[in-house]
Amino acid sequence: MFLPKHTLGRGLAFVFATLAIAASALTISAPASAAGHPVAKSQSAPVVLAGDSSDPSTWEYSIGGALKLNGKPVKGVTIIATNGKFSAKSVSDVGGKWLIAVPEAAIYKVSIDKATLPSGMAVANPEMEADLTAFSFAPVLFKFAGQTVQTVSFGDQLVGRLFSGLNFGLLLAIASIGISLIFGTTGLSNFAHGEMVTLGALMMWLLHASMGWPVILAGLVAVLVTGAFGWVQDAALWRPLRKRRMGLNQMMIVSIGFSIVVRYVYLLLFDGDTKDIAGGGNIIKFGPVSTTDLTLWGMLISVVALGGVALFLTRTRIGKATRAVSDNAALASATGIDVERIIRIVWVTAAALTGLAGVLYGLELQANWLTGFDILLLLFASVTLGGLGTALGATVGALIIGMVVEVSSLFIPNELRYAAALVILIVILIWRPQGVLGKKQRLG
Amino acid sequence: MDFGQIFNLTAGELIGVFTAAYALCALGLAMHFGFTGLLNFGQAGFAALGAYGYAFAALKLGWNMWGSFGFGMVCAAVFALILGLPTLRLRADYLAIVTIAAAQALYFFFGTEKYAAFTGGSNGLSEFGGDFYGYNPFPVGRYDLGIITLSEKEIWIRVVSWGLVAFVAVLLVILTRSPWGRTLKGIREDEDAVRSLGKNVFVYKMQSLVLGGVIGSLGGMVFVLSSQTNQASTWVSNFTFMTWTVLLLGGAATILGPIVGSAVFFMFLMFTQAFLEGLVNIGALPFLSIAQVGQIRYLLVGLFLMLLVIFRPQGFFGNKKELQFNG
Repeated sequence: MFLPKHTLGRGLAFVFATLAIAASALTISAPASAAGHPVAKSQSAPVVLAGDSSDPSTWEYSIGGALKLNGKPVKGVTIIATNGKFSAKSVSDVGGKWLIAVPEAAIYKVSIDKATLPSGMAVANPEMEADLTAFSFAPVLFKFAGQTVQTVSFGDQLVGRLFSGLNFGLLLAIASIGISLIFGTTGLSNFAHGEMVTLGALMMWLLHASMGWPVILAGLVAVLVTGAFGWVQDAALWRPLRKRRMGLNQMMIVSIGFSIVVRYVYLLLFDGDTKDIAGGGNIIKFGPVSTTDLTLWGMLISVVALGGVALFLTRTRIGKATRAVSDNAALASATGIDVERIIRIVWVTAAALTGLAGVLYGLELQANWLTGFDILLLLFASVTLGGLGTALGATVGALIIGMVVEVSSLFIPNELRYAAALVILIVILIWRPQGVLGKKQRLG
Repeated sequence: MDFGQIFNLTAGELIGVFTAAYALCALGLAMHFGFTGLLNFGQAGFAALGAYGYAFAALKLGWNMWGSFGFGMVCAAVFALILGLPTLRLRADYLAIVTIAAAQALYFFFGTEKYAAFTGGSNGLSEFGGDFYGYNPFPVGRYDLGIITLSEKEIWIRVVSWGLVAFVAVLLVILTRSPWGRTLKGIREDEDAVRSLGKNVFVYKMQSLVLGGVIGSLGGMVFVLSSQTNQASTWVSNFTFMTWTVLLLGGAATILGPIVGSAVFFMFLMFTQAFLEGLVNIGALPFLSIAQVGQIRYLLVGLFLMLLVIFRPQGFFGNKKELQFNG
């Protein structure tokens, strides 16, 4: 059953040749994206006080807001943003507006210089934080004392967070069903799965934000490209390795290596900055929940995709064959199922679904070379939580993880919300190691 | 291009502190994976606990060097107990997922501003090596070692870190040749067979996890003591993956393997960096910038890891029969 080594070598060469061709195609089209940053540059230039010598006009991130007292703009007030040694300031203009460009994604302390306030005025919240770790622009609103500060009740906040959690959980679900299908049929814990999320998101940026294709067309092409990437991966790398009867742990480490390679190819092609796809959308409010029509469409698409997978697995012949291969590949093969064909279909389907997750993630949140890698552990957590190898389990696990991530930020600092999900994973494994919906015999 | 300088830089890595630190972390992994078959993907977490444990004890508690070393090791041992208790009875890949998740959770925890009073937040902790360098027997000056010139501090940290590598290596040789070590190898090959001989497999696995984790914490400590700065961003999962590459390069079920693997790995990194930068500087690679050279290095690390596992899973020194990556 040993395949000659050169076949595998050729397979690898094929993968990298494909990447290289994609690379040359991308570098030609990339410069078009340089324009179109959404933040207006017309305002008074911020003054950098200390900490960074690079040209502020090249900085990608900014913090801004408008100072208003009872609807009237307040001008001439100095606002200072600091982070470690870096600090910069801006003065509010006639419209009360201020904007500070900053060099990197971080959490900045934003404070108001009380000495520059008009006499008799005081600020209720002179020290604020601006979190630029997920977005390239952070609004900061200072409230003047005497002005009624709108507070949101805890219940309303919770409902809002649960809604965001549902949205995030659905995104995670379509990506983690991919991991789950691949794990079920081949036994591979694929650490390179996040890179398919990234591919979807980056393709969306390239086609939609940079080349100006309409959203639906760009999304479809991005999904197809990711599906094709899944097919190429399986044909050139994983199938030859299966033929060599490589151990599963060994394959897992190969997937780690592959993920590093793909990630740095993305970095070389797309640079390390966070791409603003600016999906935007119109704000829709119902009750305490404020969302956009874009998000609602994304959620609808996720639900339809999840329903499609469920129907595929339970109603179609290929879907049933897939579950048979997951249960026992040798037995499935003995009943006449072409196991390799099923695995190929699973790879393409899983990759396309994961690409769809990337497209939606890119549209609603952000895209950079680490997008998928950042949520990879959340995907694994979802799959493990639901029960390794069951598609429905992955969905339930993803919804739990999504909710935990969003709701936890009500109680703990925002940067720790992913950690909360991982801690929940560990706790649930102690309590119920087979996962919420898993079968006990898989524990071994 | 100055080949003499490239050669010196590369040879300097042979006795580098990072080389020793990664060798220690990989020796811990050899204990886990090579000799017991445990899939630990959270070695960065153990190393981070060593580093933060030392820095916290020295800076915030005002402990001396010995106390700080001990505190770092205890932190790692406790971490191993917490991770091992729920997972060591389950299939191997559960430990893999739980360790990587826990290490990543630690990374988030260390980096957040909320607990900056303890961890220094995103700036991390620095200047905690005063007592450590107070033990330095080398007089102040520059020492010319032929290929590189080092300050007295650089000599001292190298002596200590390579001394630790030698100590751990000897310890592991003794342990793995003892009846205890043979039981561990038995667990790696066939857990049920060992269990049927009346051994408590869980306890053996736990001892291995704690010991390997503590060795990893030593790696973390020398890593941050060299520059006396400790930042959360060091302890990302890439640190773990690089440790795995080092381990598999030399051979997982060997003791010399992780050490030689680390030396070869860092010499390779330094050589490709210096060589590609040289090529960029003379204009031979017009499509690359200096910053991209660093990125290409990591791309090569990933490629290296793949090819290694596919074509030579036993590494330089390993015995192919001994390591079939069961699973």
